[in-house]
Amino acid sequence: MNFNLGLIPLLPFLGAAVLMLFGRKWSRDTVFIVAALAIGAACIVAIDGFFFVLPDAGPGGLSDVVMTWIATGDLHIDLAFRMDALSGVMCLVITFIGFLIHIFAAGYMADDPDYARFFAYLNLFCGAMLVLVLGDSLPVLFIGWEGVGLCSYLLIGFWYSSTANADAGKKAFITNRIGDFGFLLGMFLLFQYTGTLSIPEIGGAAGLTKTLWLGQPVAFWAALFLFVGAAGKSAQIPLYVWLPDAMAGPTPVSALIHAATMVTAGVYMIARMHAVYLLAPAAMAIVAVVGALTAMFAAIIGFAQNDFKKVLAYSTVSQLGFMFAGVGTANFDAGIFHLVTHAFFKAGLFLCAGSVMHAMSGSGDITIMGGLRKKLPWTHGVFFVCWLAICGIPIFSGFFSKDAIIAGAFSTEIFGHDLAWVGKLVGVMLMLAALGTAFYMSRLYFLVFSGDETRASEKIKHHIHESPPIMTFPLVVLAAGATLVGFLGLPSGLWHHPEQNLLYHHLEPVLGPELEVSHSTEAIFMALSTVLAVVGIALAAVFYRGGYKEPARAFGAKFPGFLRLVQDKFRVDELYDAVIIRPVKAFSRGLFRFVDRIVVDKILVEGTGAIVDVFARLARAVQGGDGQRYMAVFAVGVALLVHFATQPTLPFTKLKITQTGRAVEVDARRSKTAPTRDLDYLFDFGDGRPLVKAKAGEQHHDYDRPGTYTIHVTVSDPRWGTEDGFKEKVEVQ
Amino acid sequence: MDIPTAYYLLLSFVLFLIGTAGVLLRRNALIVLMAIELQLNGGNLALLAFARELRDQKGHVFAFLVIALAAAEAAVGLAILVGLFRSRESVNLDDATMMKR
Repeated sequence: MNFNLGLIPLLPFLGAAVLMLFGRKWSRDTVFIVAALAIGAACIVAIDGFFFVLPDAGPGGLSDVVMTWIATGDLHIDLAFRMDALSGVMCLVITFIGFLIHIFAAGYMADDPDYARFFAYLNLFCGAMLVLVLGDSLPVLFIGWEGVGLCSYLLIGFWYSSTANADAGKKAFITNRIGDFGFLLGMFLLFQYTGTLSIPEIGGAAGLTKTLWLGQPVAFWAALFLFVGAAGKSAQIPLYVWLPDAMAGPTPVSALIHAATMVTAGVYMIARMHAVYLLAPAAMAIVAVVGALTAMFAAIIGFAQNDFKKVLAYSTVSQLGFMFAGVGTANFDAGIFHLVTHAFFKAGLFLCAGSVMHAMSGSGDITIMGGLRKKLPWTHGVFFVCWLAICGIPIFSGFFSKDAIIAGAFSTEIFGHDLAWVGKLVGVMLMLAALGTAFYMSRLYFLVFSGDETRASEKIKHHIHESPPIMTFPLVVLAAGATLVGFLGLPSGLWHHPEQNLLYHHLEPVLGPELEVSHSTEAIFMALSTVLAVVGIALAAVFYRGGYKEPARAFGAKFPGFLRLVQDKFRVDELYDAVIIRPVKAFSRGLFRFVDRIVVDKILVEGTGAIVDVFARLARAVQGGDGQRYMAVFAVGVALLVHFATQPTLPFTKLKITQTGRAVEVDARRSKTAPTRDLDYLFDFGDGRPLVKAKAGEQHHDYDRPGTYTIHVTVSDPRWGTEDGFKEKVEVQ
Repeated sequence: MDIPTAYYLLLSFVLFLIGTAGVLLRRNALIVLMAIELQLNGGNLALLAFARELRDQKGHVFAFLVIALAAAEAAVGLAILVGLFRSRESVNLDDATMMKR
């Protein structure tokens, strides 16, 4: 069914273009209204499409072919968009949360000199993400994919005057490029074997004729390459390093990157390409294990970070690990469900971070915070709700989605018999990660909000204030979302009403039937999750409630090495630096010194110059400027010309003689064609018979007796009176 | 007694050769101009010799043309020479190497 889907990304793009062109001259209010209107209108169009048109649409969902983009040979790619339940949900999340973040940013960035540029980039970011989500073919998806990469670079390095920020932007971009390379390879591989880049067609090819085209190896490699791309974009091991550094950008940007756009792209893409993944259980296992590993690893790093946003950043990496573990265990609905709930509570958490840093005069150091509960009541309330949501306390959204992933990991059967252990392993790792999540989030909560005393300097304390309503309003909306969104994915199978699970019900036509989880498993893991969350929170309360407590200090004193290692993020950045970056730099330097300096500069450039110089010297010797010398050369030239032009007979070395028995053919012509001038030929065959005079250069002669004869030919030019003689010996048998 | 055409041609060739030698070897520009006249006259003589041999009046006409050309050339050449002398105070061709620049 047709629907004007192109409008959804177009509106933010328009907003971005207008703001970039004219925004600098406009007042802040105008800039904000334009930006918010652009994304808000996109949100309304998305809501209209999703709630009012999509339900009546056929199985293909809504589609919109804007134009033919590439048509060459067998390849035909339209700039086309498609909205089904999956991309629809993503659209709603992006536009709605993006809209709230725009509102928050109006307050947060109120004093920034580059107001218009900031909102232009925000709009561009949302637009690119919408293209990614709505794209009907891989190349269109890839435009959005690269677009969010570009925007993340622009926004992370937004305050570019500081080198650290600019470096963080570059790091994000370059790390993403590595992933994008994998994504491209995956795309090429799929095109090679299916002959199409359209996502529904690839899905169809995977479903219909899997034995024909997608043998296990092809599906495996395609899935793996795509996953490399997803790992880059969604910050999974080993490409997660850019995300924590991305905190260099303004806080609303962090919220946008972590919640609504960018990092969710990888999870979305895998869900979108699930048809390919389902053919390659081994690739799924890799996705799931990497996801679970990332979830655990990032959670551990989160234990010891002292920057508010860094903790949240590692938390995002960890939660993305959950999502990958979800889609990796063929539990696509749960992965997307967690994506949605996470978008709400993580956006809330980040905006709280922004609000707190706003209050703390821009500092994000949690060691100097504490006791902010009373001073920032709204922010505290929102953070409290989002904290419970991410820890997985029942009723709050994170509980349902996280539990769905963990329970799914234990009951999935996608890995078959040989790899059956993968599901259990992933499940156990995820449970540990959930425990870690509860711990580090509670540590953050207690250090920032609990207690009576703020540990900051008097000057900062003096300034602490609640944020203006324009910032608290989006916070409250997000908190409401973080509480309620979970009910979209109620595990209603427990009470035998699966249709009450709205999200799964909607996604079923796109992602296939929901993963079967037995009731007992579901119930057991619900209880276990809750226990783990409570244990994590309790542990953190013992350590950090009201500030650094004795057990925390004792632990730190007991394992100082381990603490430092975790604080240094396991020194992964340093490892990459030593293993990859420095060798590459050294290699580049070597290339520069040898290829550039010597081969190009010395040999190619200066060598060319030297050759020209040598010839120029030769030419200069002739060009003395002395007219008489020129004339001498001229005279010699003329003499040579006259000499060759008037040669009566051209010099040639020997006669051409063909013998057959006693018959001899003599050819005295200068060339195969007839001579240009009339020449006289005189043949003397040397056997005493009379000489033969002829006008033609060819002559036939029969010898009477064997013997050795000398043939003389005299050629004369009657016009010039010149003549030339040739002789040749012949043996006649 | 008829003088053979070849003798005329020989004389013409010798004249031309002397003229060429003068052009190439002498350093005084005036002499060079005179040598050019010699070359032209050598050419003229060849033209006339062939005209006589072939009983064709065109050769004579052509010779007149060459004489006229020689006069014009002498006028221009002398003018250049005067200009050269004014700038260099010399008519030695070794001093006239402006074409290099």
